[in-house]
Amino acid sequence: MTATHGVDLTVEVETAAHRVAPECKVLATILFVVAVALVPRHGWWAYGVDATLVAAVAIAAKAPARLLGQRLAVEIPFVVFIVLLPFVGGGAKTHLLGVPLSRAGLQAAGGIAAKATLAVLATALLTATTKPPAILAGLTRLRCPSQLTAIAGLALRYFQVVLDELRRMQIARVARGDDPSWIWQARAAARSAGALTVRCLQRGERVYGAMLARGYSGNMPDTVLSERAQPLEWAVTLVVPLVAATATVLARAMS
Amino acid sequence: MHIPDGFLSGEAAAVGWVVGGSGIALCLREVGLDDNERKLPVAGLAAAFFLVADSPLVPLTIGTDGHLLGGTLAMALLGPWLGAVTMAVVTAIQALALGDGGITTFGLNMVNLALIPAFVGYPLILLLRRLLPSTRIALAGACGFAAFVSVVVASTVFVSEVSLAAVVRVHPATLAKTMFGTYTVVGVLEAALTTLVVRALLEVRPDLVSVATPLHRRRRVPVSELDRAA
Repeated sequence: MTATHGVDLTVEVETAAHRVAPECKVLATILFVVAVALVPRHGWWAYGVDATLVAAVAIAAKAPARLLGQRLAVEIPFVVFIVLLPFVGGGAKTHLLGVPLSRAGLQAAGGIAAKATLAVLATALLTATTKPPAILAGLTRLRCPSQLTAIAGLALRYFQVVLDELRRMQIARVARGDDPSWIWQARAAARSAGALTVRCLQRGERVYGAMLARGYSGNMPDTVLSERAQPLEWAVTLVVPLVAATATVLARAMS
Repeated sequence: MHIPDGFLSGEAAAVGWVVGGSGIALCLREVGLDDNERKLPVAGLAAAFFLVADSPLVPLTIGTDGHLLGGTLAMALLGPWLGAVTMAVVTAIQALALGDGGITTFGLNMVNLALIPAFVGYPLILLLRRLLPSTRIALAGACGFAAFVSVVVASTVFVSEVSLAAVVRVHPATLAKTMFGTYTVVGVLEAALTTLVVRALLEVRPDLVSVATPLHRRRRVPVSELDRAA
C-alpha cells in the first residue's frame, strides 16, 4: 500500500498537462466523473468515448501504466462485491456454463465496473499531474471553505511522517520479539494504534506552538505560487468534461 | 465502507450530496462559532492519523485487513463538529488523492463516515457516559460500543440507499445478509480499536479526549495526596 499512499503519487515528468492551473484540473476531474456516473444503463458507446478521453489525457501527461494500475488495486474489494450481482440479482436469467446468471445483474455489474474504473483513472491522472498542495490551492480557488483546506493541508503534509512513525513502532515491536504473523499480531498492533494516536495529537500541539511562534494568526499562508488560470486554460481543460457530458446526454436521450 | 463512483444511481448520489453537504455545512458553521483556531493543527494531525489507520494495518487473514474507519473515535477526541469536519476531509483526500471512494458518492460517504458518527455515535457516548460509572474503562467501552452502533447504522443506511435507488434490483434481504455479515466483523474490530485508543489516551493525556469529564481527567491519586490524607 505504501506505493499508492507514499510520496511517489506524482510522477517526475513535466508536460503541458502538469503546467495547467490546478483549479482547472480539479474542476475538470469532478465534472468528468459526474458525467461518467450519469451514463445510462445501455449507453456502452459513451463509456468508449470516456475511455478514449482518459487514454488521450494519460498519453498527453505521459502517465506510466504501472501507476494507473496500482491505483486500480484500491478498487478490488468492490469488484468482489460487483461480481456477486449477477448471482443475487433478480429478473431474467441467462446461463453460463450451467450457472444461472441474472441478465440485469450482469449489465449492472458491467456498468458499475466501467464507471468505477473510469473514475479511479480520472483521479489517478489528477494526482499524477498535480502535487497535493496544488490540488488544495485549486480547491481554495474554487472557494472550498478555508477550514477544510487547512485541515487537509496539515493532513497531507504529515501523512508520510505518521506513516514513518508507525513503521518505526512496528520495527521496534518486532525487535522486542513480537511475532509478526497473522492473528497473533493483532493485539500488539492495536496497542500501537493507541500509542500512535497519542503521538499524533501531541505532535499536533507542538505544530501549533511552532506555527504561533512563526506568526500564525488563524490563516494558512498560500504556499502555491502558481498563477491563476487564464481563460484559455479553462477553455482547453473543460473540453474533456464537456465531451464526456455530451456523450452522456446523447446516450440518455437515445435510451 | 467507501462507496466508489458508479455504485449509486444519479438520484441517490444527488440525495447523498444534499444531505451530506448540508450536514457538513452545519458542522463547519458550528466549528467557526467557537474559537477553534487552536484545534486546527490537532485536527490536521488527527486526519493524518486516520488516513494512515484506514490503510491496511492489521493483516488478520489473507484478504481481510483490519482497519480503523475512525468516525466515532474522531467524535470522542475532537467533539461532533470538528470531528465531522475532520472525517469529511479524510474522506475527500481518500477520494481525490488516493482513489478510495468516489466523487459522486462523496455525499453519501460523508453521511456514513462523518455524520452518522457525529449524530448517532456522539450522542450515544454522552448517554452512556451518564448511565455508566465515571471510570476510564467505562468511558472507553462506551466509545467502543458507540463505534459499533455507528458502523451498523451506516451499513443499514448503505443497504437501504442501494436497494431504494439501486442501479440493479438486488433482493434487499440478500444484500442485507451479505453486508451485515461483513459489517458486524468490521464493527467489532472498530469497537475494539476505538476502546483501546480511547483508553490509551485517557491514561496518558485525558485532556485530549473531548468526551472526558473532569472526573475522568483527574490524576490517579498521587503519592502526595495519600500522604496528606494519612
